[in-house]
Amino acid sequence: MLSVSVDSVFVHKMWNDHELSKMVDGGIPFHMVSDAAGNVGKTYGVYNESLGIELRGRFIIDPDGIIQAMEVLTPPVGRRLAETIRQIKAFQLVRATQGKEATPAGWEPGQLTLTPGPGLVGRVWEVWQPSQER
Amino acid sequence: MAKESSCAKPTGMVLGEASPQNGSTHPETNLTETEVMMIARVGEKAPDFQAPSYHQGDFTEVKLSDYFGKWILLCFYPGDFTFV
Repeated sequence: MLSVSVDSVFVHKMWNDHELSKMVDGGIPFHMVSDAAGNVGKTYGVYNESLGIELRGRFIIDPDGIIQAMEVLTPPVGRRLAETIRQIKAFQLVRATQGKEATPAGWEPGQLTLTPGPGLVGRVWEVWQPSQER
Repeated sequence: MAKESSCAKPTGMVLGEASPQNGSTHPETNLTETEVMMIARVGEKAPDFQAPSYHQGDFTEVKLSDYFGKWILLCFYPGDFTFV
């Protein structure tokens, strides 16, 4: 886990010490990256030139360094961590099965997965219904 | 059209002068300015970077590719102390 903003490392320390450590025992465990010039944010397409800030961009990167998912929100709406964890678990399952299995909409760990192939064409309805998405 | 030639941009360029948009390379990533604008794509290799970081009481540096081999969650946010 890495977090990135345009704030300096000194401000990161102040935020951690004076606020975040009151929300998370022991303070923030991961590296808080300082991207003062917005170079990383520009590379990832989340730097807003006119505001001089970075949007809420979230990237899931697999062990091969491939970006498997991205989400970008404007500042006023916060993310939902549970959804990110769900997606990571789904991508981990796909990777563990070397792509043989796929996860249907709303999939949660333990639920049925799909095995794409000629036999499943037109027959997904037999094993999965929208009502299964919670 | 007054040209302010006395003020310098943070990059060292003089205000009003054209920036070396194309052809110049980015100091950290060695990419041209145009490529720097947006090269992250789902399904493609994550662009590497190295940047200063704060970690558990220390000021240090972090390099994305040092974490290749593990699952990485990379999160950007608007700013420290900004409520959400």
